[in-house]
Amino acid sequence: MKLKKSIAISESGFVFDPMSGESFSVNEIGMEILELMKQDQPVDAISEYFVKTYDVEASDFEKYFYDFIGMLRQYQLIEDNEPA
Amino acid sequence: MEKKIFERPYIKKIRAGMPSKFGKPVKIDPLPFIDDLPVEELIKQYGSPLFVISEKTIRETFRKAKMAFETRYPRVQFAWSYKTNYLDAVCRIFHQEDAWAEVVSGFEYEKAEKNGVAGNKIIFNGPDKSLSDLKKASENDSLIHIDHFDELYDLIEVAKKMDHKPRVAIRVNMDTGVYPIWDRFGFNYENGDAWDAINRIVRSEKLELSGLHCHIGTYMLSTEAYRRAASKLGELAVRAFHRHNTLIKYIDIGGGFATQNTLKGAYYQGYDTAPSFDEYAESITSALLDVNFPDNKLPLLILETGRALIDDAGFLLGTVLANKRLSGGNRATILDVGVNNLFTSFWYDHEVNPVKDTSDHFEESTFFGPLCMNIDVIRDAISFPLLRKGDQFVIKRIGAYNMTQWMQFITYRPNVVLIDINGSTHVIRKMEDLNAVTAGESVPDHLQKI
Repeated sequence: MKLKKSIAISESGFVFDPMSGESFSVNEIGMEILELMKQDQPVDAISEYFVKTYDVEASDFEKYFYDFIGMLRQYQLIEDNEPA
Repeated sequence: MEKKIFERPYIKKIRAGMPSKFGKPVKIDPLPFIDDLPVEELIKQYGSPLFVISEKTIRETFRKAKMAFETRYPRVQFAWSYKTNYLDAVCRIFHQEDAWAEVVSGFEYEKAEKNGVAGNKIIFNGPDKSLSDLKKASENDSLIHIDHFDELYDLIEVAKKMDHKPRVAIRVNMDTGVYPIWDRFGFNYENGDAWDAINRIVRSEKLELSGLHCHIGTYMLSTEAYRRAASKLGELAVRAFHRHNTLIKYIDIGGGFATQNTLKGAYYQGYDTAPSFDEYAESITSALLDVNFPDNKLPLLILETGRALIDDAGFLLGTVLANKRLSGGNRATILDVGVNNLFTSFWYDHEVNPVKDTSDHFEESTFFGPLCMNIDVIRDAISFPLLRKGDQFVIKRIGAYNMTQWMQFITYRPNVVLIDINGSTHVIRKMEDLNAVTAGESVPDHLQKI
């Protein structure tokens, strides 16, 4: 599950896919996930970061994380189409 | 180090399009309190979902409506429409405010009696009145509003055995410029049926024709329609006097006033289109004041408005059960409030508020109820702040029709709590349990053992 390399992410939460020309808005948490994914951080490391930084349980984070990945897949923003 | 608040991650495709010139609110305000009581505490104490009724709002709304009419017309009487919300506590608030009872069935009539309403202050409407209903209402000197000729002849038969004339009115339907015409109730004005009914009542010499009644529709956004209705009833009253020397003592203009809820499919929001009490009152009373009533005696003006008096006082509190994505990627949110409790979600795009302050991020979602039924949709397209399991919300303006048309379906109906004018809470209808639901059932002997 890798974010497409060509995806551009702005600091203000604006995401642009030059392949399709489509634009997206993303909230703060979503943006942080995208940044970590861009750095090729594994899921466990991403989860560890959020549980440490935010008021969220690991199980809850996992649920919302994979839901978010589902949205990225829906918008064809990730290269890996295998189930997460 | 204190941890930061976590919000569900969210990404949304930006779509170019022509925005509405009216725009949309950029933020939905949270609703953390009802009458100064924290919603979270109410749910903690009484469960979720939970109906909450504000006594303060009921009384304020009623007084506002009353003032709108009484400052324009000298003789005004409200009658509380039982079918809109017949919880005893609610009815009694209206009766304390001097509203009579307006009922449409034998059951509602019994409720009004149980609530201590005097028989001569009960208006009996509706197409289904049994002979025993008619007899009781006649004996109690109630105002019986006749719906059809079969009922008229039933009532004449009942009256033959009585030592006084039952007081009656006819319900009149008519063209008020709003279509389709509600012509299934009462006698039509334009085709002469209403006049025919008046003639037959007078000729029977068994009934006292006291009033004329109409109820031109529901959620009526046109005040002009009420003006036409009041004019036509006024004309009938004058004609009845000149032809039969019968003085019409009251004109009952019914109900049907809109609230600020938004009807499904409406382009404008309800709060932009719903007329105020003053606007309704101005149309109705000016039309009546224009009628040349006999001896300049104005008839009593009766109003049976229900929805507009109770909708704002009702709140439905609930909790998010789950989030999911549908096959097309659309967001779906499952609430613990379903159409079994919120019947009016079939008519309205109900306004929903989160309980806690939220981020500025909105997502398109469908709000589903908890029932295992495909029709259980509370909002089929709503732009709402990101919700998580366990988040609480409040649905506003649900006081009318939900606590009468709700269904005991699949699950129990929840507690109904009244917040009184001092801020104290009272359970006015307790949550059902298995015993309450199965109380009327019985199992034949051969099915006792399974």
